[in-house]
Amino acid sequence: MPKDNSTVEGGIGAATTRREDIRFLTGEGQYTDDINLTGQAHAVFARSDVANGVIKSIDTTAAEAMPGVLAIFTGEDFVEVGGNPAGWLINSRDGEPMKEPKRPVLAHGKVRHVGDAYAAVIAETKQQARDAVEALEVEIEELPAVIDMASAIEGGGLVHDEIDTNICFDWGWIEDNRAATDEAIKNAPHVTTLELVNNRLVPNAMEPRASTADYNPGTDEYTLYTTSQNPHLTRLLISAFVLGIPENKLRVVAPDVGGGFGSKIYHYGEEALVLAAAKKLKRPVKWTATRSEAFLTDAHGRDHVTKIELACEKDGTFIAFRTETMANVGAYLSNFSTATPTFLHGTLMAGNYTVPNVYVNVKAVFTNTAPVDAYRGAGRPEATYSIERIIDMTARELGMDPVELRRKNFVKPDQYPFASAAGLEYDSGNYDRQMDKLEKMIDREGFAARRAESEAKGKLRGLGVNAYIEACGIAPSNLVGVLGSRVGLYDAATVRVNATGNLSVMVGAHSHGQGHETAFPQVVADMLGIEAASIDIVHGDTAKIPFGMGTYGSRSLAVCGSAVVRATEKIIAKAKKIAAHMLEASDADIELKDGQFSVAGTDKSVSFGEVALKAYIPHQFPIEDIEPGLEETAFYDPANFTYPSGAYACEVEVDPETGKVTVERFAAADDFGNIINPMIVTGQVHGGLGQGIGQALVEQTAYDSDGQLLSASYMDYAMPRADDLPFYQVDHDDGTPCTHNPLGVKGCGEAGAIGSPPTVVNAVVDALQSGGHEVTHVDMPLTPSRVWSAMQG
Amino acid sequence: MYDFEMIRPTTIADAVAALGDEDAQALGGGQTLIPTLKQRLAMPSTLVSLGAISEMRGVCMSDAGEVCVGGATPHAVVAAEATAYPGLAALAGHIGDPAVRNRGTVGGSLANNDPSACYPAAALASGALIITNTREIAADDYFQGMFTTALEEGEIITEVRFPVPEMSHYEKFVQPASRFALVGVMVAKFADGVRVAVTGASEEGVYRWTEAEAALSDDFSAGALADLTVSSDGMISDLHGSGDYRAHLVKVMTGRAVTAAA
Amino acid sequence: MAQVSMTVNGKTVSGEVEGRTLLVEFLRNDLNLTGTHVGCDTSQCGACVVHVNGEAVKACTMFAAEAEGADVGTIEGQANADGSLNVIQQAFQDHHGLQCGFCTPGMVMSTAALLKDNPKPTEAEVRTYLEGNICRCTGYHNIVKAIMAASGQDVSAIAAE
Repeated sequence: MPKDNSTVEGGIGAATTRREDIRFLTGEGQYTDDINLTGQAHAVFARSDVANGVIKSIDTTAAEAMPGVLAIFTGEDFVEVGGNPAGWLINSRDGEPMKEPKRPVLAHGKVRHVGDAYAAVIAETKQQARDAVEALEVEIEELPAVIDMASAIEGGGLVHDEIDTNICFDWGWIEDNRAATDEAIKNAPHVTTLELVNNRLVPNAMEPRASTADYNPGTDEYTLYTTSQNPHLTRLLISAFVLGIPENKLRVVAPDVGGGFGSKIYHYGEEALVLAAAKKLKRPVKWTATRSEAFLTDAHGRDHVTKIELACEKDGTFIAFRTETMANVGAYLSNFSTATPTFLHGTLMAGNYTVPNVYVNVKAVFTNTAPVDAYRGAGRPEATYSIERIIDMTARELGMDPVELRRKNFVKPDQYPFASAAGLEYDSGNYDRQMDKLEKMIDREGFAARRAESEAKGKLRGLGVNAYIEACGIAPSNLVGVLGSRVGLYDAATVRVNATGNLSVMVGAHSHGQGHETAFPQVVADMLGIEAASIDIVHGDTAKIPFGMGTYGSRSLAVCGSAVVRATEKIIAKAKKIAAHMLEASDADIELKDGQFSVAGTDKSVSFGEVALKAYIPHQFPIEDIEPGLEETAFYDPANFTYPSGAYACEVEVDPETGKVTVERFAAADDFGNIINPMIVTGQVHGGLGQGIGQALVEQTAYDSDGQLLSASYMDYAMPRADDLPFYQVDHDDGTPCTHNPLGVKGCGEAGAIGSPPTVVNAVVDALQSGGHEVTHVDMPLTPSRVWSAMQG
Repeated sequence: MYDFEMIRPTTIADAVAALGDEDAQALGGGQTLIPTLKQRLAMPSTLVSLGAISEMRGVCMSDAGEVCVGGATPHAVVAAEATAYPGLAALAGHIGDPAVRNRGTVGGSLANNDPSACYPAAALASGALIITNTREIAADDYFQGMFTTALEEGEIITEVRFPVPEMSHYEKFVQPASRFALVGVMVAKFADGVRVAVTGASEEGVYRWTEAEAALSDDFSAGALADLTVSSDGMISDLHGSGDYRAHLVKVMTGRAVTAAA
Repeated sequence: MAQVSMTVNGKTVSGEVEGRTLLVEFLRNDLNLTGTHVGCDTSQCGACVVHVNGEAVKACTMFAAEAEGADVGTIEGQANADGSLNVIQQAFQDHHGLQCGFCTPGMVMSTAALLKDNPKPTEAEVRTYLEGNICRCTGYHNIVKAIMAASGQDVSAIAAE
């Protein structure tokens, strides 16, 4: 078990079990679909069953006459309101801004992917609404679908008629390094080239999206209950861009949310629709997605087609990485979709290495498919996969040990802060130490014996190893502003000490599995020297919390947690003044320890609770110097990303007769800096590994050439299950602290999903080669049929 | 789903009478039918639940030594009680997942005849007798292609009689998403020969691999299959595997079933 | 509409349902027992697992009318009589076997059914049993560990904290 360095029980470093578990384990959690408002009506959407088509007509007459129907909306109803915007403006290499077609609440004029909503029916019951959707008389003229990215770039059909191309942008990073990188590769003694696909994924948070809107005509106020990772961001998008509801008239509540993984960052048209419908009907309006709708309409992840080259010296010293990627953005630009393949991907293309030349070209491509956006890891898994696959391939070509090749090129501990060739400044790390740990964890020395055992059973065994680094704790506003972000990426916290001495801490981050309700109080308890049990976290309601940007990009603790620290520091400073007054001492002489304020060098003290009470019952209080009350807010904008890193290893067995891959062992040595709650961090790594291994082995999102989603349910989209996965060995002790945030922490939420796909693929290639198969690469997911096909040559 | 009237008869006779109505449909365990109804792909006016008919539930032995399974018997019950036919019990114990096995029934599975379902392979490899409210149908005559059977409108499977082989085994290679059979092979060795039934592979649904039956009847070992080839003609080709891959798996799974047979 | 009555968590309940009303809809909408969740429409995710006459079933793939007269157990009825977590629930908390909590009710209900039939399952048996319960958060490690711990087995040797 991890050590507890804190002086406070349940403080920083304690593996405290989660308080929120009680409600989830007893069925008392309250997710959006669990909320039913008096008089609520139900919305059901009419969705396109073709990928590309012109809406010729929508006749609602028959549907309006159906039992229980209250209202019908079509795209026509939202022509006057704004589109759902992209959050980042990316400029192409020639300086041209990206193409940014409007993303309407409901499709108007054209439908652009299967599942694109073009109408919505509101009725007394969900079944009545669905019946009426079937009664809509709709004529859609189907057009050829634009599905394959290479064809989309070459021309032919257009996803958006108003722009004359399917290329959203053609981005170069760093453009000024292009010529030098080309030259270095041209002159290099050894160049490895790899073409690969980073497979498209469907996020599949277990709770489908849901939104319920309420409208109060007396006050003109709206309340939206919705499945969001970031209620303030959702409100901002609706208010400032889409419906124009004043922010002070719109309350967004994200109650318990059943997983997000990126897919619930974004504002979706369904949220705007239920708000508009609630106002029109003066009744609450509820919508809950089916899983089938989720497959068609949740923003998907990944979907890159990449060519990467690694140039090196004969001794394996890296000279250059050059990458060309086509990134699918789907039919419309989702909120983070333009940042994901660019600044969350290109900037990581130096990996953990001292390579001097890096150049990345990314073409973002519109297709008649669901929008693609950030999914757990978002850009960094794509970068890591490309880099760590090609390094493995290079090691084989050079006849070098893949671990030694990596070590030879690692950034060394004395090189921090390290300016990477892809434009980031890594603040801390120790990649060799993690690799040392990893080799012990996986028992590399014992691998040959285990391989022999597998071979005796007729199986092939492979060992895959890789490193990763990622940039998270998103993000410094000044930096991202330069890079095209249209928002700041700070976060905020308000610490309210109540009169009776307990605390409410209102945070901008949203917890949908990450355990903030347990971990954040550990930080505050540690700082104040009081019991964590007396501190509650409040999140997920714009009426209660300060304006924070929410939870994604492994930012909650690094950014919002830092805001909590800053607000608590303000509390301490003020409390010391109050204590000084009570103790008739100078506030400079007041010390806080174990929940007691004392005068240094004396036995005079008052408790934290006494100070709190005094703040709210300010009799004999120096109101000229100190305001009553004890409540402080802080906004925290990070100085840099945090840079978690790690070394992963996995052993697989391949059944040569069927191609079936089983993961036998998996070890993850991560560096997350300081750790607040090691139990929760471990759980985050486990979850990321499950998703990364799922991407590598089973998860396959396929559209046919007509744009029909072939993997549109759990019958065809394989979710990793318990029997697909092993127990994992994880270790994140002794990390190198982040140098620029007050807790010294680095994000841990996405690491597992970032680091693990290449580990698995490297291991499978190793296994296949051990069986004499001349296989150098297999595209994910490594399903039995693909592996078997690869073995057939 | 569309609404319908739900009827829960307690006798076969009442169920048959209820199914006489136009647009009435039988409901077994519902593990396939209910998801289908949710997609609004069927529109029965009446659903006749067979779950309350006690005479259609349970596992017993016939005088002829066959394992008799009531048509409305859930898979979990077959897994636990068909001990006289371990290959059948094991097959039933690996259909779907535990919660599905508590609801899904043998009659429902055979009536639906999904090309990737397990039970059709058991019935065909066993040479089972499918007993309906009106007649007895030999398995060899019952399966007539993907989702197609010899059942008439309104006819219900009341019982299935499985002759018990000397040795048997069902080897399933699962489709990773649905966990249905990508290819499943049931091998059953009787005194008068071996029967091999293949599910998941063919566009025609479950079928007997007669070449393998002949070879295994001479020599019941995986080695006996060595010289056989399986054509990919007519094999299902989809996201999860090509026809070539399925054809290859048919042979591999058959060999494994033979080796594992007990 | 038809009348249906059943026992849910020890209490007799009744209501009017359509033929098409699913058991999960009756529990959630009529009885306000919203702990049973709906995560898919193809009977695979297992977020809706409840007990019907002591057996695990998917409440999204059974009609309410079919539960007429049945004894139904849901997550809301699992805690000890004094309100404290039962052994399975406690093991899930102790071993961090849940994150977002959405699949958790189904996991707990499936675990109860597993341990009733197999009081000391092996790791492989647990993993196989969970074929019909999908979790997106945990990578299953801590779920499997929690279930083995709930069965009274020593899990201290299982990798990681």
